[in-house]
Amino acid sequence: MKLLVNLGRDTLNVLRGMGNATIMLFQALVGKPQPLKMFPLLMRQLYVVGVQSMLIILVSGLFIGMVLGLQGYTILVDFGAEQALGPMVALSLLRELGPVVTALLFAGRAGSALTAEIGLMRATEQLSSLEMMAVDPLRRVIAPRFWAGFISMPLLAFMFSAIGIYGGFVVGVQWLGVDDGAFWSVMQASVEWRYDIMNGFIKSLVFAFVVTWIALYKGYTAVPTSPGISAATTQTVVYSSLAVLGLDFVLTALMFG
Amino acid sequence: MKNLVELHDVHFSRGDTSIYEGVSLVVPEGKVTAIMGPSGCGKTTLLRLIGGQLRPSSGQVQFAGHEINKLGRGPLYEVRKRMSMLFQSGALFSDMTVFDNVAFPIREHTDLPENIVATVVKMKLDSVGLRGAAHLFPSELSGGMARRAALARSIALDPELIMYDEPFAGQDPISMGMLVKLIRSLNRTLGLTSIVVSHDIHEVMSIADHVCIMANKRIVAQGSPQQLEQEGNELVQQFLHGEPDGPVPFHYPAKNYADDLLGKGAGQ
Amino acid sequence: MEARKIELLVGVFITAAIAALVFLALQVANTTGSLRGETYTLYAKFDNIGGLKVRSPVKVGGVVVGRVSNITLDREYFEPVVEMKISKQFVGFPDTSTASILTSGLLGEQYIGLEPGFMDEGIMTLEDGDEIFMTNSAMVLENLIGQFLFSQGND
Repeated sequence: MKLLVNLGRDTLNVLRGMGNATIMLFQALVGKPQPLKMFPLLMRQLYVVGVQSMLIILVSGLFIGMVLGLQGYTILVDFGAEQALGPMVALSLLRELGPVVTALLFAGRAGSALTAEIGLMRATEQLSSLEMMAVDPLRRVIAPRFWAGFISMPLLAFMFSAIGIYGGFVVGVQWLGVDDGAFWSVMQASVEWRYDIMNGFIKSLVFAFVVTWIALYKGYTAVPTSPGISAATTQTVVYSSLAVLGLDFVLTALMFG
Repeated sequence: MKNLVELHDVHFSRGDTSIYEGVSLVVPEGKVTAIMGPSGCGKTTLLRLIGGQLRPSSGQVQFAGHEINKLGRGPLYEVRKRMSMLFQSGALFSDMTVFDNVAFPIREHTDLPENIVATVVKMKLDSVGLRGAAHLFPSELSGGMARRAALARSIALDPELIMYDEPFAGQDPISMGMLVKLIRSLNRTLGLTSIVVSHDIHEVMSIADHVCIMANKRIVAQGSPQQLEQEGNELVQQFLHGEPDGPVPFHYPAKNYADDLLGKGAGQ
Repeated sequence: MEARKIELLVGVFITAAIAALVFLALQVANTTGSLRGETYTLYAKFDNIGGLKVRSPVKVGGVVVGRVSNITLDREYFEPVVEMKISKQFVGFPDTSTASILTSGLLGEQYIGLEPGFMDEGIMTLEDGDEIFMTNSAMVLENLIGQFLFSQGND
């Protein structure tokens, strides 16, 4: 009996949270656009969210591509199919690893920072003070950060895939001696612009939406104390990672299934 | 004399804990009204009710004839342009200089050219004595300076009502003196209405025209400082004179001391 | 941080993203020919399509001219019918052409090899919606082995 009550309460709490998060996003994004005020804010957030995540994305992308090249080669060479290294590296990056790993890294790098920043603004009463100055914190604080995250992450995913493929090329062709021409031409024969790259792009748009949304909501509703903010930051990373991996399965099943 | 803010029979609760049970008070226009009470009695909550950040479960909150608790989002933001609030922490935006902090509400709500904004900001900063600190970031200010900078920001748009949330808490005597002087002089020179929430009796009694004392989830007394001194209510006297025991007991409610020490209570 | 520096770095960020996209488009993906622009449809019936899939390429002498767009089963004769979309850049194959299901390499993917037939008077070209009548089915390994063993037994 008590179990049922708890289950019911938890379900209601989850639903209420999702409802509140939807209302928050709706109020932040819907309304009269103010491009003149929005632009400098968006620029600043693109810097914080996008530019500052670039280094970790590029370095991780390069290493993951190199590992793919190394692992793929040792397996494929057994079948005498090392020409298939190109498509293997490219397809796994474009379809899966690019969007997914970028989203996970983004949640850890930018998402947690967003949550902590907004949680701190809540704790130091900056959000209340905005409200009292008749400036809507949802439009002023949440909206530019949301757009910045939504725009940056797909771009980061492109960079991740591109540098990953280059890493695979370096290891496969320059170290392990796969034929240069075969590497690129077999890759080109099997990678389809509309099918592989665009579906990867759609994936990263969905992930960008979800991760940024979770990070902002967790920050906005954080308990305004030090333990509250640190808990919210942890939750951002955990929830966004789970959401990304779960959604990735659904999207993959829909797109490539 | 007109009242700028009026509360009628306000009930408010957070979760299952009731915080107010029928609070009614008035804030006369152009005066300094002090709201005092023991810590934890929800004085800050009162300010948030007036600012419309919280809504009462029943009762009325009126500001200049508007019923704050019934306003929609848009009209509420319009009304808020006429009031401002000085938060306990100052709540300066940590990523902007003092100058930009003070300029923020002006840039946000007006289309004034930048040179006029700069003039206004310098005037406001000068009135709190911080014109020389315009280029500093909030993290470089002392607590008292941060509060004065925040005060300059609150008066940037010449509001009709300014609410001070614990302006003296944690201040050294010098900056406390500065703040007292500022509150008094701003009230006179700008002709605005002030609400000061505090429990620093001496400072408050020296500047307030009208005092409300809160305890036990309601207002127990209100009037001028002289009237309150004469008040017969024991609780008011205990509060004004800072006596450790009285209607507000020294001990948190507990069972019999001797029984507790001897371990006689149930469940021990 | 002054606004100019932020704008510059965001500019660098966007440029890097565009460079990545251009790299993916030009160097990685297959954008030439195939299915871009206008196409026309051809049909072919096979006895057995083996591992042919939707989106498998259609090649003429190794050049990709189109892709398989649909595979269905003929209701009457229970034969697989393959629908192909061929780029409008490559029109005018004679209707004596042959479509075969081939495999690239020993373990590679299967594709349709289109071999243009002879051109003569009275021979039409293949237009939108036409069917290729001359087809060679996919080689199925088990059948090949079966045939081999059978012919061995006859000796």
